[in-house]
Amino acid sequence: MMAEIEGMGSALNVLWLQSGGCGGCSMSLLCADTTDFHGQLRDAGINLLWHPSLSLASGAEVSEMLDAVLDDRLRVDALCVEGSLLRGPNGTGRFHVLAGTGLPMIEWVRRLAAKARHVVAIGSCAAWGGITAGGENPTDACGLQYDDDRPGGLLGAAFRSGSGLPVINVAGCPTHPGWVIDTLMALAADTMHLADLDTLARPRFYADQLVHHGCTRNEYYEFKASAEKPSDLGCMMEHMGCKGTQAHADCNTRLWNGEGSCTRGGYACISCTEPGFQEPGHPFHRTPKIAGIPIGLPTDMPKAWFVALASLSKSATPRRVKLNATADHVIVAPAARKTWIK
Amino acid sequence: MTRLLVGPFNRVEGDLEVTLEIADGRVASAHVNAPMYRGFEQILNGKAPHDALVIVPRICGICSVSQSVASARALADLGGIEMPPNGQHVTNVILATENLADHLTHFYLFFMPDFTRPVYAAQPWHAEAQRRFAPQTGDQVRAAIAARQRWFELLGTLAGKWPHTQSLEPGGSTRPVEASERTRLLARVREFRGFLERELFAAKLEAVGALSSEAELQAWHAQDPTRGDFRLFLTIARDAGLAALGPGPGRYLSYGAYPQPGGRHAFAPGVWHAASNALRVLDAAAIREDATHAWLSDAGGARHPATGVTLPDPDKPGAYTWSKAPRLAGEVVETGAIARQLAAAHQLVRDAVARHGGTVYTRVLARLLELALVVPRMEQWLQQLVVNDAYCASEALPDEGTGVGLSEAARGSLGHWVQTERGRIVSYQIVAPTTWNFSPRDSAGTPGALEQALVGTPVREGETTPVAVQHVVRSFDPCMVCTVH
Repeated sequence: MMAEIEGMGSALNVLWLQSGGCGGCSMSLLCADTTDFHGQLRDAGINLLWHPSLSLASGAEVSEMLDAVLDDRLRVDALCVEGSLLRGPNGTGRFHVLAGTGLPMIEWVRRLAAKARHVVAIGSCAAWGGITAGGENPTDACGLQYDDDRPGGLLGAAFRSGSGLPVINVAGCPTHPGWVIDTLMALAADTMHLADLDTLARPRFYADQLVHHGCTRNEYYEFKASAEKPSDLGCMMEHMGCKGTQAHADCNTRLWNGEGSCTRGGYACISCTEPGFQEPGHPFHRTPKIAGIPIGLPTDMPKAWFVALASLSKSATPRRVKLNATADHVIVAPAARKTWIK
Repeated sequence: MTRLLVGPFNRVEGDLEVTLEIADGRVASAHVNAPMYRGFEQILNGKAPHDALVIVPRICGICSVSQSVASARALADLGGIEMPPNGQHVTNVILATENLADHLTHFYLFFMPDFTRPVYAAQPWHAEAQRRFAPQTGDQVRAAIAARQRWFELLGTLAGKWPHTQSLEPGGSTRPVEASERTRLLARVREFRGFLERELFAAKLEAVGALSSEAELQAWHAQDPTRGDFRLFLTIARDAGLAALGPGPGRYLSYGAYPQPGGRHAFAPGVWHAASNALRVLDAAAIREDATHAWLSDAGGARHPATGVTLPDPDKPGAYTWSKAPRLAGEVVETGAIARQLAAAHQLVRDAVARHGGTVYTRVLARLLELALVVPRMEQWLQQLVVNDAYCASEALPDEGTGVGLSEAARGSLGHWVQTERGRIVSYQIVAPTTWNFSPRDSAGTPGALEQALVGTPVREGETTPVAVQHVVRSFDPCMVCTVH
């Protein structure tokens, strides 16, 4: 088997490990929009050395493979880590000891990261700590190179992989299959460079977008016609906790599982690509406000303008939009009018 | 007696380690270790109760919806909230989509690949198994991933995304369905039905679901023993002796699956006792979690989850896993599709278990049978939507109270127990299906279901990761991230 792996020549060798997360980013990955998942990877020059859900090798076969990487007998081009890194209890890493090896996962990741050409954080847990770092963070969970929004994490702020890049943070909870595939394809084609990452080392191809872009509730947003309860059709920013106008991701232009997104599913964007999203300081489903005005205003928008525009647009809300906003079906359809000039 | 430490165990969800004592070519005793702890029950403490609906799906990326459904049900119980029928139907369709996807993933990606191993190279079916089930390259593995991807598009529409939706509320679903959308959803279900009837069963789902005895199943198999992946599995199972491999404790737990408007379940709850051939009433008050052998505090002894405690104690003597040991009236039980279909009185499953017990063969059989049984029900639930009626009752949760949410995930019985004070969660306990199946020994020293099932498993000369052990472990379709959470 080892000979087969080494025989892959110039392909991008991907080693995928899971630690303090849920495995959901792998499950999401399998929903990638393709008729032939493995064929698509192979045709792009991506070779899965080992993946916890997708490989035959188990037990001793895996330990031997990991040893081969540490001994420089097997090349890893992209070390993909899914799940946060569990440093507790008391810095020992014993909250996750990799089965069959007696060695804490944080130690495996440190050693393997030193050998990899690229290190990729798959999902918000591996990037920042994520949900596992919530509450009082009982396991001292962190990301590969971040602790929430503070640089550092397991590998330290100064870490650079063999390629010279920092850890690439394909954040999201779960992460979108397209974000992972596009990242791996770019690495295989050697087209991802420092300038292609944003200030949090997220690939800019999705992190330079806002969830608001392409939201189907935009007409309700424009008129501040707001949903008041689950299943209402209106905009969820004012009352329901939606952060789509601030969250960095292309969820409403690159859809999920066919035609989905959080807002299209009828619930708030919780900004899951953002470090620290798991502890927003308010209940997720309710918008925090001061004097009736949401604290979190749309990105790049001056507050005074927002207040002025909101009050103006509320007073101009068409009856149709106002009534539909608090209903679970369209109760007033748009009037049919001619749009051409006589 | 030799000792074998087996891990990392892949093609299970999460990390798993098994320690085996081997004597005379067989497993003499087994200790199962869930080697990762994240502390979700600690993380939930102090949160607003509704926040659980964001946090608990993230316990598990493969049973995400199951966790949401159990949590929504616990919160509904806390608030005395009743779903409108549309909310119930949509919730069931969403849960069934995940459960069936998990069955499909288990069969094609997790379980069958082991039969492509060189150890089976001399068997007459090996070449065909390789062609179909070799990881990453097998024809049917690739076809199943494609079918799964299309199948989950149901949840793009109904739940926004999968995994980790927030569309499942105590009062129903946040995503109303329009009439034209229902038409498209039904077409998508038929597409999956087509895959199952063409590739997996090579037969109509209704015909497979109606098989009522081992004799009927064997006669149907004999007609064309390699046509369709289910019949190839039956061929392999017979040749590899899977019907005698990995016998469980003989007691089977189901909380009842897919509650219908009016209160009945599509698959009834109950506890099946194989020895007495009898279905007993489920008594959830008799559940206890015993942490004697977990790296967790066991102060106060075994506890009911309503008063449960989860507190790490990493240096505890005698502990060997992060998992507690749930027991029902003091007894070890097995849960999963096999338990669900025994409780629901499916005649084929009852007959197969009466003949062989709960083993590798009967566990996989029950799972595949559910694919045939549930898809037609999903079509009915979608048909039963009254599209312009309400989908979600929205009522506030009380500041103080308790709630219980019992549900059936793909892997079996899942329970959430919540308590709130002053608008905050003060206790949240989760007992997941694999917590039942992969539990460690309890205070009496009684091994858990897998620990019992592994005893007697053959180990070949020189094996470091025994293939038969892998079959037994994977026959439970374990989810280790749910087990400990």
